[in-house]
Amino acid sequence: MKSFLERLLGRTDASTRGIAKDRLRLVLLQDRASIPPEQMENMRLEILQVLQKYVEIEEDELDMKIERGDGAVALVANIPIRRVLS
Amino acid sequence: MAENARVIVVTSGKGGVGKTTTTANVGTALAALDKKIALVDADIGLRNLDLALGLENRIVYDMVDVVEGRAKLRQALIRDKHTQNLALLPAAQTRDKSAVSVAQMQQVVQELKEEGFDFIFIDCPAGIEQGFKNATAGATEAIVVTNPEMASVRDADRIIGLLEAQGLHSPQLVVNRLRPEMVKNQEMLSVQDVQDVLGSGVKLLGIVPDDKDIITSTNRGEPAALVKESMAGQAYRNIAHRLLGEEVPFLDLEVRTSFLENLKKLFAVRR
Repeated sequence: MKSFLERLLGRTDASTRGIAKDRLRLVLLQDRASIPPEQMENMRLEILQVLQKYVEIEEDELDMKIERGDGAVALVANIPIRRVLS
Repeated sequence: MAENARVIVVTSGKGGVGKTTTTANVGTALAALDKKIALVDADIGLRNLDLALGLENRIVYDMVDVVEGRAKLRQALIRDKHTQNLALLPAAQTRDKSAVSVAQMQQVVQELKEEGFDFIFIDCPAGIEQGFKNATAGATEAIVVTNPEMASVRDADRIIGLLEAQGLHSPQLVVNRLRPEMVKNQEMLSVQDVQDVLGSGVKLLGIVPDDKDIITSTNRGEPAALVKESMAGQAYRNIAHRLLGEEVPFLDLEVRTSFLENLKKLFAVRR
């Protein structure tokens, strides 16, 4: 009955307009968060410098990357700490 | 002569969305409003703006001739046949994008400014390479043309980022080739949808409906902006007024389907 009414009012259930908008939102989120490798490396080094003021880090084990999930993009880092500098 | 030209690059990232048509029509509409206009075809190697204006048979010298010193700027500029106030600087057809450098482009724009134009429009080639860098180099404002379609909106977003990096902030958006009946049927992105995804940094300059007048007027080499009854032409004339700072309401492209039509559709589907 609902779809009957919707059709009577000129609406359809399967809106490709909505699909397009959702897909576009997501892809732009990813596009905007993509960082060139060189810039990523610079950022990694600078973050490292800041952290090293406070903690000693296992540099070889350091892992930093951009992760893309449903509807969100995040910078994810795994930074093993050897000890805290006092 | 007064050097207060507004230098506007017309760009899109994706090809085929209507940059050249927009440049020709907005330029023509402004010329009809007594502004002195120069149109620069920066698509070196893929000359097209001359066709949109019907000037293809009048080209003697082009931009590369000017840059390489074979012609003076004034010799290369072609006066439009429809409106007195419009001049075209054509692209070279037999060269490629590397024939002009950023510095040379800036020099050409500077010389055009000294000619006393009110507006200088630069029709940017598709893509984000050298041609884009050249076309944006001399500009102080940007118009981004997009279609209500995923790939072109995505490219517009990328272009907006690149413009920003070049110091061209808050570009103005033209949504071209809108099909109101498809939007109404939820089959096409609306202008609001496009604005939503591109964000608030972009100002809406115009909405141009998909209109067969654009094809027929391009066939004739006479921009639709000169055709009084043309919907797209009206949209471009409105853009011209908005560029002059006037408040012009956006065209009412609302499709009104009657209850009866919907009834017919309903039974067509239910059959």
